[in-house]
Amino acid sequence: MNAGRKVGAAVLEIDEVSLAFGGVVALQGVSFDVREHEIRAIIGPNGAGKSSMLNVINGVYHPQQGSVAFKGHRRRVVDPHEAARQGIARTFQNIALFRGMTVLDNIMTGRNLKMKSNFLQQALYWGAARREELEHRARVETVIDFLEIEHIRKTPVGRLSYGLQKRVELARALAAEPELLLLDEPMAGMNLEEKQDMSRFILDVNDQLGTTIVLIEHDMSVVMDLSDRVVVLDYGRKIADGTPEEVRNNKDVIDAYLGVAH
Amino acid sequence: MTEQPDTFPRLLLHQAKVRPDRPAFREKDLGIWQTWSWAQVADEVRSLACGLAEQGFRRGDRLAVIGDNRPRLYWAMMAAQALGGVPVPLYQDAVAAEMVFVLQDADVGFAVVEDQEQVDKLLEVLPQCPRLKRICFDDPRGLRHYTHPELMSLDGLQETGRQVAGREFFAGEIEKGRPSDIAVILYTSGTTGNPKGVSQTHAAMIQTARVLVAFDGFAEDDDILCYLPMAWVGDFLYSYAQVHIAGFCLNCPESPATVMTDLREIGPTYYFGPPRVYENILTQVMIRIEDASWLKRRMFHAFMGVAKRVGMKVLEGKSGVSLKDRLLYGLGELLVYGPLKNVLGMSRIRVAYTGGEAIGPDLFDFYRSIGINLKQLYGMTETCVTVCMHPSGDVKLETVGRPMPGVEVRIADSGEVLVRSPGVMKEYYKQPDATREAIDAEGFFHTGDAGYFDADGHLKIIDRAKDVGKLADGTLFAPKYIENKLKFFPYIKEAVCFGHGRGKVCVFVNFDMEAVANWAEKRNLPYTGYTDLAAQPAVYELVRECVEKVNRDLAADAALGNSQIHRFLILQKELDADDGELTRTRKVRRRHIAEKYAVLVDALYSDKTSCFIETQMRFEDGRTGTVSADLRIMEAKTYSVAAAREAA
Repeated sequence: MNAGRKVGAAVLEIDEVSLAFGGVVALQGVSFDVREHEIRAIIGPNGAGKSSMLNVINGVYHPQQGSVAFKGHRRRVVDPHEAARQGIARTFQNIALFRGMTVLDNIMTGRNLKMKSNFLQQALYWGAARREELEHRARVETVIDFLEIEHIRKTPVGRLSYGLQKRVELARALAAEPELLLLDEPMAGMNLEEKQDMSRFILDVNDQLGTTIVLIEHDMSVVMDLSDRVVVLDYGRKIADGTPEEVRNNKDVIDAYLGVAH
Repeated sequence: MTEQPDTFPRLLLHQAKVRPDRPAFREKDLGIWQTWSWAQVADEVRSLACGLAEQGFRRGDRLAVIGDNRPRLYWAMMAAQALGGVPVPLYQDAVAAEMVFVLQDADVGFAVVEDQEQVDKLLEVLPQCPRLKRICFDDPRGLRHYTHPELMSLDGLQETGRQVAGREFFAGEIEKGRPSDIAVILYTSGTTGNPKGVSQTHAAMIQTARVLVAFDGFAEDDDILCYLPMAWVGDFLYSYAQVHIAGFCLNCPESPATVMTDLREIGPTYYFGPPRVYENILTQVMIRIEDASWLKRRMFHAFMGVAKRVGMKVLEGKSGVSLKDRLLYGLGELLVYGPLKNVLGMSRIRVAYTGGEAIGPDLFDFYRSIGINLKQLYGMTETCVTVCMHPSGDVKLETVGRPMPGVEVRIADSGEVLVRSPGVMKEYYKQPDATREAIDAEGFFHTGDAGYFDADGHLKIIDRAKDVGKLADGTLFAPKYIENKLKFFPYIKEAVCFGHGRGKVCVFVNFDMEAVANWAEKRNLPYTGYTDLAAQPAVYELVRECVEKVNRDLAADAALGNSQIHRFLILQKELDADDGELTRTRKVRRRHIAEKYAVLVDALYSDKTSCFIETQMRFEDGRTGTVSADLRIMEAKTYSVAAAREAA
């Protein structure tokens, strides 16, 4: 299915990252890498530290130890806007859209970092600001076309179904033209048809736009179908790392998911 | 008078010469309406034609066209015709297995399709269609890794077409075309048996389209939104053929889901829709009005009252409207009708047509009373539609209008409507027996519809001739007539009547999910879905009221008074084309349903009050599942015919 896309060298390296909130240890010496153009899944039981890991990657949380290297820039502490500028975009587990704004306006906010004109120019909608707006709108329209949401372009987000809101959130992330896309449970709470649609879009994004994707997902069949490699966390530790097939047969993973008799 | 172009390719060249810069096609792409002028279209068609010829497309070859209404799919039809070939448009929502018959029957060697979805379907049936050697697609999305040698992009095809110096070749091929050549093969949906390929010549389509253009005075500044399936004769005639004659602009929607928005943006001057489209629009309006603020709701209902009283007289320019009513109607236009038409994209409409099925009185009056010139027409694929139409200003709800210029209509002794016109088809493709059966020695086409002319010379259609039956006591039984009366209630979506050769009439009902769900929510009735609602006593009561109103209506009719509905049930699932219960144009397949639900029919004619049924249904992704339910059967009150006539 992914014959045309070539998985390249490691683009993101997580090295011995540890993160604690007071006495609660969220991550303990986790290391793994993500290669260019691949789909990398992070799985694990509830509270395993999956979302914390994503938050470390895009700079929301600052780990106490270890470092993260994106495209060769190694750092321990990075700010979210800096991560965004480097080309990291994400979606959230609990949808974080502007509910009163239209789909179009929400996706336009994804272009925010790329806008150069100042507040005054934009208020007057004149000269460079106007040109820029048209350029960004054109880019947003290609995303709308890509995710097939033409029919809701002018609909306020609050009126949409959950599945469509998730798609709009993906659209906003894509509007930033990211190199690395972080998806936090993109299919949570969706019905089967919505899941199939979303899976297809994720594959399309990866295949046609060449975007590297890190995703957290609970639906195992989705993870097994979509991802190239899977990393498994449990109580903040990495317990397995490999292809879906390898992970599926790993004893520690089976124990973590099914529990072991003591 | 100079000689008029007599084939579609010649008409295309003619338009490109006469009005090279006028818009011919529009399509919304990436949020912006893109326009192609007639000169550009001629150019695109030439490169497509040259490309097709490069690939080995020869005179007389058939080209399958499958997809939503896209400019390039229309151009592919033009290109095929320019090369002396025959386009065969297929219904884009048909499943792969249904396409096999047409692809084999028409010996299709080339296909132009819209996207991956259609490509997948054709690749699936490729082994059964060995003649199919080339599949060209419009939208390359998702097809990058397909390696089948049959596949080719339309971009690639046009590219090869542009490289050959094709101007003379193109003109030469068009020169070879004759008006008596087949212009298109349109497969009829087939209420019974396999679909039949209706072969229509250039001459038939063009003569018919000329009559139509003259009838309503279309000109180059008209606009039409083509949103109905390309495989349907109406789209070929109203969009494709009329555009070629009048040179107006054909607008393609962005996607099937955006039609309402596109309608509003384009504001077509000319509109065609089957009754259900008008019905859906009205249902949407009513639901939204119910949710609107108190003031808006009051205003809407008050002015709709005015419109109902005088709107149709104003539209038809009749006298007898008082100055006060005229002022009120004018105010209504400003406050209600105008804004409403604007929201619906109907502000600029000069003429709107409906046909194919009977239209409900409320529906018809609603549109006409707010100033939309909605008219009915009658016809079928085999006659290039266009048998009877309402002339503007001479419109009657229960008729389909007068015979069109050049069309002879005769009523056979059996009551069947017979038609002779330039638009009558040449033949059913490869089915000489069926052709002989349909067209008699005098050249009259047997429509299979039963009807009669009223005192004003308007044709009134009551039912399919073969469906008109008799009850055991000899009373006339016109099932569709009764079903239509039921379907005019907003709560009822489909109905199937039984009664031929039986003692009484019984009926299956499908309610309208949207309307009933809304009704249920207003009453705080909890439900999970269609099947659940179908079993609720309150819904049965709702349907019973509708059935009894129909009975009261029927009682007043001398001929049909005894065919009142005695018993009915609500089906546990919606009738669906995917399960073979409806045709693709959503007509009920009566016999199939009677066989499939034989248990239920028997129960209706017994004295049981409920019946268990289990049925298979097919989901949109092709999987099947079963739905089972214990269906209630309910009695409806019938009225005495004599008493009703006395009251009337």
